[in-house]
Amino acid sequence: MTVTLFDFLALSGVLFAIGMAGVFLNRKNLILLLMCIELMLLAANFNFIAFSRYLNDPAGQVFVFFILTVAAAEAAIGLAILVVLFRNRQSINVEELDSMKG
Amino acid sequence: MVQTVVFIVLAAILVGSALGVISARNPVHSALFLVLAFVTSAGLWILLEAEFLALVLVLVYVGAVMVLFLFVVMMLDIDTDTLRQGFVRYAPLGVVVAAVVVVEIGYVVWTRKLGVTLGTPVPHAANYSNTRALGDVIYTTYAYPFELAAVILLVGIVAAIALTLRRRPGTRSQNPAKQVRVSAKRGRIRLVKMPSGHGRGGEAP
Amino acid sequence: MNPAMPTIFLIIVLAPLAAAIIAGIFMRFIPRPVSHWVTTLGVALSFVLSVYVLWQMLYKGMGNLNVTVYNWGVVDNVQFQVGFLMDRLTALMITVVSFVSLMVHVYTIGYMADDPGYKRFFSYIALFTFSMLMLVMANNFLQLFFGWEAVGLVSYLLIGFWYTRPTAIYAGLKAFLVNRVGDFGFLLGIALVLTYTGSVNYAAVFAYAPQLAGQHIQLFPGLAWSVPTVICILLFVGAMGKSAQVPLHVWLPDSMEGPTPISALIHAATMVTAGIFMVARMSPLFELSDTALSVVMIIGAITAFFMGLVGIVQNDIKRVIAYSTLSQLGYMAVALGASAYAAGIFHLMTHAFFKALLFLAAGSVIIAMHHEQDMRRMGGLRKYMPITYVTFLIGSLALIAFPGFAGFFSKDTIIAAVHDSRRAGAGFAYWCVLLGVFVTALYTFRMFFMTFHGKERFVVEPGGKHDHGHEDHASEEHLAPGHLVHPPKESPWVVTVPLILLAIPSLFIGWLTIQPVLYGGFFGSSIYVAPSHHVMQRLTGEFHGAASMVKESVTSPALYLALAGVFVAWFFYLYAPRLPALLAQKLSTFYQLLFHKFYFDEIYAFFIAGGTRGLGNALWKGGDGAVIDGVLVNGSARAVGWLSGILRRGQSGYLYHYAFAMIVGLCLLLGWLLLR
Repeated sequence: MTVTLFDFLALSGVLFAIGMAGVFLNRKNLILLLMCIELMLLAANFNFIAFSRYLNDPAGQVFVFFILTVAAAEAAIGLAILVVLFRNRQSINVEELDSMKG
Repeated sequence: MVQTVVFIVLAAILVGSALGVISARNPVHSALFLVLAFVTSAGLWILLEAEFLALVLVLVYVGAVMVLFLFVVMMLDIDTDTLRQGFVRYAPLGVVVAAVVVVEIGYVVWTRKLGVTLGTPVPHAANYSNTRALGDVIYTTYAYPFELAAVILLVGIVAAIALTLRRRPGTRSQNPAKQVRVSAKRGRIRLVKMPSGHGRGGEAP
Repeated sequence: MNPAMPTIFLIIVLAPLAAAIIAGIFMRFIPRPVSHWVTTLGVALSFVLSVYVLWQMLYKGMGNLNVTVYNWGVVDNVQFQVGFLMDRLTALMITVVSFVSLMVHVYTIGYMADDPGYKRFFSYIALFTFSMLMLVMANNFLQLFFGWEAVGLVSYLLIGFWYTRPTAIYAGLKAFLVNRVGDFGFLLGIALVLTYTGSVNYAAVFAYAPQLAGQHIQLFPGLAWSVPTVICILLFVGAMGKSAQVPLHVWLPDSMEGPTPISALIHAATMVTAGIFMVARMSPLFELSDTALSVVMIIGAITAFFMGLVGIVQNDIKRVIAYSTLSQLGYMAVALGASAYAAGIFHLMTHAFFKALLFLAAGSVIIAMHHEQDMRRMGGLRKYMPITYVTFLIGSLALIAFPGFAGFFSKDTIIAAVHDSRRAGAGFAYWCVLLGVFVTALYTFRMFFMTFHGKERFVVEPGGKHDHGHEDHASEEHLAPGHLVHPPKESPWVVTVPLILLAIPSLFIGWLTIQPVLYGGFFGSSIYVAPSHHVMQRLTGEFHGAASMVKESVTSPALYLALAGVFVAWFFYLYAPRLPALLAQKLSTFYQLLFHKFYFDEIYAFFIAGGTRGLGNALWKGGDGAVIDGVLVNGSARAVGWLSGILRRGQSGYLYHYAFAMIVGLCLLLGWLLLR
């Protein structure tokens, strides 16, 4: 029995679902929300790499490369925002961040 | 066969660590579980012969991003108990959503028979270099996107600094530009003409 | 044909226009004398050329001319042209119009001498002359309508000439609005003509006219109308507005707010006759419809008699003449209705002379009385202003159709024609015009006696305060006498010369022209009368010359009715001047009815103006306020507010709600993609 593309896709699907569930579970903690997003991005990357491998096309890996770049930038900016937020509000509790309430 | 075993083991660790990320009580533990998840993923990617990206994942994510996460988690004084309120209440919803997503993705993957038709990847030659292959593509076809990615990173740096920079009043700092532009003629030295013998001090000794 | 004729026609029309432009546009740069010289000369040129054209027609055998000078546009094979139709009807009209206009120009030099709007006034009256000539000389409906509207516009400008007086503004507005009603009908008539004949050119339309006779139109489903009837009644609605026939007559008495020369020019001699002229011009169409002619006759008869009655109780000298104008226009309409077009036009011509004369003489009186128009403050003016007195008497005699004077020939012919007519309504019309003679004599000589005879009801106070006492118009009796700074005196020559020049035709024009105009086939082909309608032909047999007509009048009831009217006027206003007031008290209901002009103004103000205001109010409050503002504007705003009130509940501001929404949306989208 060899490892098929299906196995990787299933794994990435599970990973994505876990990340999504994490958004629900840790809905108050901004840092954990960011981490869950990282998890979901990881799942997406998994798909790219798996397809790249099984289709024998390095372009998929290039996309992963870019996703990593953007994710790194996103993490940096997200954390910076979080730090500023904490500095101003002394909290990262999402429930207290409702000044955008309509 | 070995690959299968490795895959199963690594996949199990990955799923377990991912579950750990979302369920750990302490954010530091979450971050560490995430590090574990990344490292395991890197292993799986090596299994997929994407060595360069696997190493980049370890270097960039584990080495930089996750350290940043840990740093922030530890720097901020977070009251984790209040943040975990409602965890149990929302757990079933999270599980349901996750299950729905899994079913949907599984359904797609299963019904479209992707796993079957693409079951066996083409083996690479012995002297195949993943890094070179990737570089060939990035610096030719994807040269402009690559440049853009660099710009995005730059913007990320600038944005992160600009966001967190704060000017504290009362701190002492030098202004190098001002120091360099100093001129003796303009205000540095003031020469005052004092006729002798008329000083305030009275008589000369 | 004289090849210069089209040029001559153009000069006739354009000379007054050029003069009006010079006097109007360069008003600020030219001195007063230039403005009156240029306009008077322009109109004089028109008059001279008109006479030349008429002379050519009468004695040189010039035939009818139909010239097109400019092709304005072609739309869907319908040609819109500027052109002139010159036949004897037109030639007569332009001569009358330009002659009266010339007299009025000369008269105005004296009458308006100290008015600040002197130059503007000359510009307007020259422009009016141009418009009227355009109307009369048109060879197509479009140009006729242009002239029609242009005289309406100038009339509005001139009635409201003293634009600082609220009453003048009101009167101008009223004339404009009432004329609009008539013009609307007129326009509809022209549109019908265009629809059915495919042309606006007289020649084409009249050539097609016989084919119209059998056609029908359904104005209301299931009710077929004869096309000529509808067209003619609509055209006559226009004539009712312009020629002030009941019920669109209300503007004419009020138009006396304008300066007196205007009352003479527009509201007596020319513009108001446009409707009469138009009906005569359209005789080929009107002859197709007995119904329309009956309408014309009955409307005219009502106007002739009842408006004359109103004239009896008026105190303003100009208003009396205005009502007499209404009444005389009614006579002309009756003549048209009896298919005696020639008689109508003949009366139009004689009336133009003696009515202009009366107005100008009244103006002369008004100058002498320092712009006092109330006859109750006049009296005994005979010895102060002999020329005005004599000319006014001539005009009055002409108006009451005293045998030998101009009005006699035309009016008697009309009465005879109506008597002879077999048309529906002719019986009613006959009694109206016959009794109208008595009424005419009564109000005319009432005015004459009150103005020139009896005791002076004004006080001459040299150095006294210049007070006309306008404020106590309301009290009917015991009117305070007028005050004059110096005694009334005869007017200057620019005023009296036109009076004399107009008095001459008022005296003799009937003698000279009745035979050729009425019985000599003067109009030739320009007026068409169906053989079965030919009243004039029947009258021809009874006509044995002007002198014998005067002799025969001794046996006619009209003369005795007129004499009775004069006698009654003399009895009431000179012999027993207390009697009218007493009678007014005894017959209070009747008197009030007449004094309020049959309440036409009140009815219009209440029903039409009030109805319009009510409708406007309803549309404003209901349509604009409730529907547009309430439902559409505020309603949509409220609906958006209500909807956003619901939607804003979704905007919790919590990050994770948005994230949830995204995830749920993702799941649903995926599910839809999978299961579709």
